[in-house]
Amino acid sequence: MKLSLEHFDKAFENRIRLQIMSVLVANDSYDFNSLKDLLKVTDGNLASHLKALEKEEYITVTKTFLGRKPNTSYAASDKGRDAFKLHLKALENLIKQQK
Amino acid sequence: MKEKDIYSELSSIRSLMERSAKFISLSGLSGVMAGIYALLGAYTGYRIVYYEASGLTYREYYIDEYSIIFRLFMVAVTVLVFSIGTGILLTVRNARKKGETVWNPVSRKLLLSLLIPLAAGGLFILILLYRGYYGIIAPACLLFYGLALVSGSHYTYPDVKWLGICEIILGLLAALMPGYGLIFWTIGFGLLHILYGSVMHFKYDR
Repeated sequence: MKLSLEHFDKAFENRIRLQIMSVLVANDSYDFNSLKDLLKVTDGNLASHLKALEKEEYITVTKTFLGRKPNTSYAASDKGRDAFKLHLKALENLIKQQK
Repeated sequence: MKEKDIYSELSSIRSLMERSAKFISLSGLSGVMAGIYALLGAYTGYRIVYYEASGLTYREYYIDEYSIIFRLFMVAVTVLVFSIGTGILLTVRNARKKGETVWNPVSRKLLLSLLIPLAAGGLFILILLYRGYYGIIAPACLLFYGLALVSGSHYTYPDVKWLGICEIILGLLAALMPGYGLIFWTIGFGLLHILYGSVMHFKYDR
């Protein structure tokens, strides 16, 4: 059976990217370290996936300083929210087709 | 992609969205303990006002002596410190058990949304104490505590909102019936906490 992969977003093929996006869609913004604790991934891994999402313009990045420590927080952009919804729809359709 | 994979993907998204936006490590047992402390405190307060202040005369129970007010205040502070202490301890333990962090963006937001009504209410009550309006203390405690719970409930279990609404109703009733403040206070902080804590414990902690 051929499955329709319409709306199936390549950017979300990776599980961690999809997870990052779900957190950002559910919250106004999330900072790097909290995201790392929540998803239980390494610094480098998280950073590279965030970079990829940033390149797609799915997320926006805000860099601030908490005292001397740099603090980077991420938020989902409108484009990212739409893409996330479409991707979920695509997953839903996949399930429907397989029934 | 297999169907099973999609299901696990969807459920992992769901759980992440929930865990990242709601603080679910609040311990039900700490509610029960807070209720027990409140009952003990209310009993001590009752003894202070009704037994020791009066001898044989009846209805001499006015709370206007400074020593009595000071002692009641100390009882209230003790109950508060013990409740918060137990709450923090049990919540940290609960979070460890679930493998979650205690200090994260959600718990910060939860704390902030609780603290704003609580701090406003606390200061308001201190001002009333200072100006001698003792009758309004019990209703104000219940009312502001209820408002704090309703505002904090966005970041944790929805059940907390119902506890908050019950406290608000009790606060308003207490304001309608002056003289019964201690009874309403005991119901609101004692019985309701025990009831709510047990419900939470059996619903989420096990």
